[in-house]
Amino acid sequence: MSAAIELTGITKRFPGVIANDNVNLTVEKGEIHAICGENGAGKSTLMKILYGMQPADEGTMKVNGEEVVFGSPTDAIDRGIGMVHQHFMLADQLTVLENIILGAEPTSAGGAIKFKEAEAHLAEVADDYGLTIDPDDMVESLEVGERQRVEIIKVLYRGAEILILDEPTAVLVPQEVEALFDNMRELKEGGATIIFIDHKLDEVLEISDSITVLRHGKTVASMPNDGVTAHDLAELMVGSELPTPDTTESTVTDHVALAISELTVADEDGRAVIENINLSIRKGEILGIAGVEGNGQGDLVDAIIGTTDILGGSISLLGDDITRLSVRKRREAGIGYVPEDRHHEGLMLDAPLWENAALGHQTQAPYGSRWLLNRKGARAQTTTIKEEFDVRTPNIDVSAHALSGGNQQKLIIGRELTSNPSLLIAAHPTRGIDVGAQAAVWEQIRAARADGLATLLISADLDELIGLSDTIVVMLRGKLVARLAPEDVTPRDLGAYMTGAAHQDDSEAA
Amino acid sequence: MRRFLFAAAAPVGALAVTLVITSIALILFGSNPLEAYGDMLSHASKLETQVDILNRATPYYLSAVAAAIGFRMNLFNIGVEGQYLFALLIAAQVGSLVALPQVFHILLIMTVAMAVGAAYAGIAGVLKVTRGVNEVISTIMLNSIAISGLIALLQQRWQAEQENFTSTTLGTNPIDESGLMPNINGLLEIFTRDIGQGKELTGVLLVAVLVGVAYHLLLTRMRFGFDLRASGLNPFAARAGGVPPKQMIVAAMCLSGAVAGLIGMVELADTGKFSPNPIKGLGFGGIAVALLGRNHPGGMVLSALLFAFLDVSSGILQNTEAATKEIVNIMQGIVLLVAVVAYGVTKRIQTREEARATAEALRSSEPAEVLA
Repeated sequence: MSAAIELTGITKRFPGVIANDNVNLTVEKGEIHAICGENGAGKSTLMKILYGMQPADEGTMKVNGEEVVFGSPTDAIDRGIGMVHQHFMLADQLTVLENIILGAEPTSAGGAIKFKEAEAHLAEVADDYGLTIDPDDMVESLEVGERQRVEIIKVLYRGAEILILDEPTAVLVPQEVEALFDNMRELKEGGATIIFIDHKLDEVLEISDSITVLRHGKTVASMPNDGVTAHDLAELMVGSELPTPDTTESTVTDHVALAISELTVADEDGRAVIENINLSIRKGEILGIAGVEGNGQGDLVDAIIGTTDILGGSISLLGDDITRLSVRKRREAGIGYVPEDRHHEGLMLDAPLWENAALGHQTQAPYGSRWLLNRKGARAQTTTIKEEFDVRTPNIDVSAHALSGGNQQKLIIGRELTSNPSLLIAAHPTRGIDVGAQAAVWEQIRAARADGLATLLISADLDELIGLSDTIVVMLRGKLVARLAPEDVTPRDLGAYMTGAAHQDDSEAA
Repeated sequence: MRRFLFAAAAPVGALAVTLVITSIALILFGSNPLEAYGDMLSHASKLETQVDILNRATPYYLSAVAAAIGFRMNLFNIGVEGQYLFALLIAAQVGSLVALPQVFHILLIMTVAMAVGAAYAGIAGVLKVTRGVNEVISTIMLNSIAISGLIALLQQRWQAEQENFTSTTLGTNPIDESGLMPNINGLLEIFTRDIGQGKELTGVLLVAVLVGVAYHLLLTRMRFGFDLRASGLNPFAARAGGVPPKQMIVAAMCLSGAVAGLIGMVELADTGKFSPNPIKGLGFGGIAVALLGRNHPGGMVLSALLFAFLDVSSGILQNTEAATKEIVNIMQGIVLLVAVVAYGVTKRIQTREEARATAEALRSSEPAEVLA
């Protein structure tokens, strides 16, 4: 029997990066196959290629043993491949049935939609795969988990037998995750093949039959889920060939730079994404936050920087309460910010480097003042950053998009550190950059720490976290669940706390 | 230099393509394109026509700057039309009620116009940040409310009392001479012969020049202008960089509306009142001028002149019957369409070029790099 999906030697390049580098993937019929890897490892690109959204530069694809070339998702759907996107594409004001048939409506010769026929077909599909849904419910009245089920049925309705689920658990609460997994098992019973993307290791281990791990666009492992541990996976995802940042002498002082007390943040739906967090970082200290992505780290950063409303608690910087200050006032008070995604929150890609260097500091010398922009000062400062932080660029007038990711990151680190912050928030500061730039970034952060900088470090790279941090706290489901000393912790221990397999008493963690 | 060539290639190319397409259209209509273009150019070579062109380019330019302020941060102020007409009405009425020394009278009228334009545009900004109403929708509706509602209503209430009025004499009470911006014929005549045919070069032209310079300084030298551009280039990075998104939206809409308020000053200087049929379409024309001029203070000068030239040419085509006068509207439409496509294409080429050139410069200049 031939495999449901067989990808061989898939390569996809974007300007400046190789998203997929000779990736191989074999998915057997009727199995649940997990694809894991860090953000930027190439999972999404690979799925887009498989679903016909992007062409591969090299490589071959076989579906049920036949070689195929997809020009668009329509071709993929014709071959029985369906994709459920992370962000739902449903019309709130239509019923479940209407949403499901949208774009594939059975019509009579006159153009009228044959709802009866559609409903019968839907019932058949739902029955085959053991999924329950009321076709007459309005989508707006459904819970997140139910909406996801609608998306899945929508794909099945179109005849898909191979389902791609893109981070399906990212939007779900634990109970809903359980329901999703039950549905996935039903689908498997019904004969479907499922490829799902996830980076929550406990979930991957629970549901999948086989696992493929991607790192830096390459397949690093493909194996049956048999005796694999979360630690093995974490190691595969992060890799261990990276130069380990040494722990140097402690520079931690007694002066508290950042103090957070009883912080609670809720998302749009009112669910608490951060619950009652107490945290303090002293001058000269690097506090590392470990946690599987999506456990509230991003919300914590937003709360400190001031881009999200908080439900309760207070934040103070160098003893001054900044809870009610605007983002600008906080930046002026000395918060430096290296965002998780430099293209999203870090840079203006179409603007020259010197303007990018000014961003976030445009109200302060040497970049500007309350009213004026100081072009001369900004340009001089950018030249300094270029030299001190080794930003490889012909000049400071090129647009930010022309630089490689590592140099973009060095520019961001440079602009934040040269403004002499009292607190640096560094979210995944070395993600997606080459080893040389990574070492440079670590060196710069360590040097600033020696000068008394307090740093909040968030990273998915556990070696980086252990190597750089003076203290490590673990976040799980919006709470701090453990507080550890990096000297006597291994990535394996961290993984256990991150997935909730190990516990600390509340008193210890706080 | 290279950057300049890139910037110039698209509009010049767009103009060439427009001429080709228009020529084909003219031939299909049975006209001789060369004759039509000849008439347009010879007409435009007359000093009096040039005055007409400048008089039309002035409100177009102001309108374009108003639209461009919004465009720079991805705000689409489609309501310039309503903002300037409403501002014109209120300013004309206020101006007619007072008697002041000339400088103060003119400044008062301009200030009122700007304030009304800013306030009216500000409504759309406030609706966007408090209620999430898309500014395109709200400004379109505010246009209708201004033009068919407020203006129609107030126009009636404020119409001048006249004994045997006909519809052509209706309008607000005339403003005293002291409130009218004087013409600047003298300024132009330093360089040229005397302007004939009773043509007057509008003094608002100088205001437009000031607005253009101020717009340039705002974008390149002012912290607010930096925030504005940052919000347009990447709103998320701007927010993380301390730019308050809501305040910026309201401020940008108000600023855009304030400039829009000045558009009507050209007509007011000419007629001295809110006439029953004010020139319409300047607000929408300004959006086109801004797009064609790429929101650039200098680029919009050229595109305002082009649009004004085409507007003014419609008259001569009608006289000489070399072509149907509507051809100028067709040309305006085509040049805009072609230019927007051309800008998209050159932008892509430019981006790729820059990435390549940067990579190359680094390869050749870097010694063998030593990893830290």
